[in-house]
Amino acid sequence: MTVSVSKPGARATFRPLFDLNLCDGCGQCAIECTFNEIKMVPQGDKKIPVANLLACGACHRCEVMCPRNAIRIEENPLATRTHGIWTPHHIQRVHLQAASGSVALTGFGAETDLPVLWDKMLFNACQVTNPSIDPQREPMETITYLGRKPDKLSATKDFSQLVNNLIPLQIPIVFAPMSYGSINLNLQKAIARVAKKLGLLWYTGEGGLHKDLYPYADCAILQVASGRFGVSPEYLKLGRGYQIKIGQGAKPGIGGHLPGEKVLEGISETRMIPIYADAISPAPQHDIYSIEDLRLLIYAIKEANDYKPVCVKIAAVHNVAAIASGIVRAGADMVYIDGYRGGTGAAPNIIRDHVGIPIEIALAVVDQRLREERIRNQASLIVAGGFRNSADVMKAIALGADAVAIGTPVLIACGCHGCQRCSSGKCPWGLTTNEPSISERLDVDWAEERITNLITGWHHEMQEIMGLNGIYDIGSFRGNRLILRGIDLNEKELSILGIKYAGE
Amino acid sequence: MCGIAGFISHKYSKENGSRIKRAMVLQNERGNGLGAGYGAYGIFPVYKDFYAFQVMADSNWAIDEVTLYLKEHFWVAHKEEISIWDKVIQDHPQFMRYFLQPKLSSEDLNPDDFVIEKVMHINTAIDGAFVLSSGKNMGVFKGVGTPRDIYEFFRLDEYQGYCWIGHNRFPTNTPGWWGGAHPFNLLNWSIVHNGEISSYGINRRYLESNHYLCTLQTDTEVAAYLLDLLVRRHGLSIYDAITVLAPPYWSTIERETNLEARNRIIALKVTYESAMLNGPFAILAGFDKGIFSITDNTKLRPMVVGNAEGYTYFASEVSALYEMEENLAEVTTPRAGQPVIVYYHGEG
Repeated sequence: MTVSVSKPGARATFRPLFDLNLCDGCGQCAIECTFNEIKMVPQGDKKIPVANLLACGACHRCEVMCPRNAIRIEENPLATRTHGIWTPHHIQRVHLQAASGSVALTGFGAETDLPVLWDKMLFNACQVTNPSIDPQREPMETITYLGRKPDKLSATKDFSQLVNNLIPLQIPIVFAPMSYGSINLNLQKAIARVAKKLGLLWYTGEGGLHKDLYPYADCAILQVASGRFGVSPEYLKLGRGYQIKIGQGAKPGIGGHLPGEKVLEGISETRMIPIYADAISPAPQHDIYSIEDLRLLIYAIKEANDYKPVCVKIAAVHNVAAIASGIVRAGADMVYIDGYRGGTGAAPNIIRDHVGIPIEIALAVVDQRLREERIRNQASLIVAGGFRNSADVMKAIALGADAVAIGTPVLIACGCHGCQRCSSGKCPWGLTTNEPSISERLDVDWAEERITNLITGWHHEMQEIMGLNGIYDIGSFRGNRLILRGIDLNEKELSILGIKYAGE
Repeated sequence: MCGIAGFISHKYSKENGSRIKRAMVLQNERGNGLGAGYGAYGIFPVYKDFYAFQVMADSNWAIDEVTLYLKEHFWVAHKEEISIWDKVIQDHPQFMRYFLQPKLSSEDLNPDDFVIEKVMHINTAIDGAFVLSSGKNMGVFKGVGTPRDIYEFFRLDEYQGYCWIGHNRFPTNTPGWWGGAHPFNLLNWSIVHNGEISSYGINRRYLESNHYLCTLQTDTEVAAYLLDLLVRRHGLSIYDAITVLAPPYWSTIERETNLEARNRIIALKVTYESAMLNGPFAILAGFDKGIFSITDNTKLRPMVVGNAEGYTYFASEVSALYEMEENLAEVTTPRAGQPVIVYYHGEG
């Protein structure tokens, strides 16, 4: 007799706890949970919520939305025998794959506990010999111009043409490419509005540009990726600039796949593919197999639109400095580097957690290499991949970044608690889903306000960090590695980062 | 805190250093005896077409090495010990002066670049030796001591110049040593500086990628090298170079209604972002065509300017202006970030 045992692995890592003294049985939690973890069952003359203990991933939607504050999420640990290698995490993963037989997918950024070098760098501050500057009293300016700058200016140059080809940012923060499809139109619209309002930039990702967002194209970098989704003659004229996507930090070297069931009407129209057709972005661009092919595509795009700036996005990998140098020499005006901890809507778990290098290191070596080759002025450096707060941003600027791209913090600002189920299509916060009944949960005005608040708060903190270093213009902070000191870093790490140890 | 003074004769009238000494001694309290120095232009008329290398060395060996190295790369027109009065300061390095003409090979097109390369070599590769100045018809004299000590040590009464600058140091971030005193010099650029350059980290990286090596353990040298890079090698005007070093605030630029002028400033600011100076500073710089002063945009360090017939005077304190010239026609206080540039009239 064959016994089918499907149970191992089918088990929630978290569970909602209900305080039945507070609960009035309204059933809102069961409605909010898009994973059907909660069902309402009759008890006496009212209904009470009960957890299935199969699907809770700690999205915290039910907890936040409960009108009586009657819900708490807690871990539902798998109590395995203590083992140095076979931790519950690994055992559960094996169970899951033994049940499914497929590649295990996940969202968000890498979850490994490798050291985050941002946490091992500390800022300097003024004391006595040089005065700090109070941003409440004095100008504290963060304006940054992205794009190709000449190595030198002679007295007779056409300055207007030079300046018009650059993209000004009021704050050196841009919104990382998250495609329409991976996120929904409501969220993309909120991001676009904030970019326009605050003088920032947003990136479309490879989902094309929905017609509703055409008014925001002048602060958008439109992507041309391997699937060429949404790329039309009109598209090639609309943007403030263009981005050629080679790789992504969460999944370097592999492509992307938006399953057909998510390709609904708006996505179908914007990506220019049939409804319910799988949207597959191949791993390499099929016309780029070497650096000279990249150069052809860069100039093909430039020829289409009077030489607007072109950005090339790569994942941070071992040889990133040489690759970035090649990209600059191929004609890119911006190099966008996405680090190991970069987020994703969907990536194989094993690739997200085991491929690429952290952005701190990639940034340090690329900036140094471009300076040594004296081509640093020819392209701006935009870095992404796990930036959590304004201190991370300012440390990146001090290492040499022109701007920092953020994606995950935007999602978190709009309710995300990091449950990592972005690819499920059921995002309970209505962010990474296009299912109309769920995506309508995200109010565009509310999201716009939340994102604006986040950026505004970070901006104030960035100005404080500049002021306490006695620097009133972010240009003097950029690449100024003397501002940073390392702690708990070895000689090799210090030398790669180009910083001194604390006390030196 | 440091003290600065300087003056220029618009028509190349020469005098000895007594007036600059008075201005610096008056500002004695702005330093702590760990560094003072002077720069003088027009002091070597006989050898005015030769690069005048004033070299400091802490041993006979280092002097010999420098001499050998210079003889290899230059025609040495004249070599002499810099005369000193060592009753004032007993513990001091040795000083030599060389008047040089580069031995250029066919690939060394520019003699100035050739000279810079040799200066950088001596500063980095010859242990204990530093080039105090390398311009033509000018010299820098500096060391560890008070303004009076250094003036008397180098016997500056005996030199005749038409532009003098002086500095009095209160070192904070770097040790007080002879090479670390001001002025900092490269070719004909001489810089005295009060303050701290908070942008030093990126200025230095920018210079290093342009083959300038920062060896003097102090932030001020970047100003001299940046001026050389911007004006001599990149061909910017003095005014544009000053805009690069101390650009207006973005908020000021946005108020500029003349689009061409606005774009010019933006282009300078973004192209040379890594050359911008930040932090509290007042800088006085001598160069072959004149002298200029700049301060940071918040003016966290003082600079006052006085005018009299045929002369312009600069100092940290107004009293020092009057110490140089009792009958000043006017005394002005440049606004924060506002440069003052004075050129010589005619040819010297």
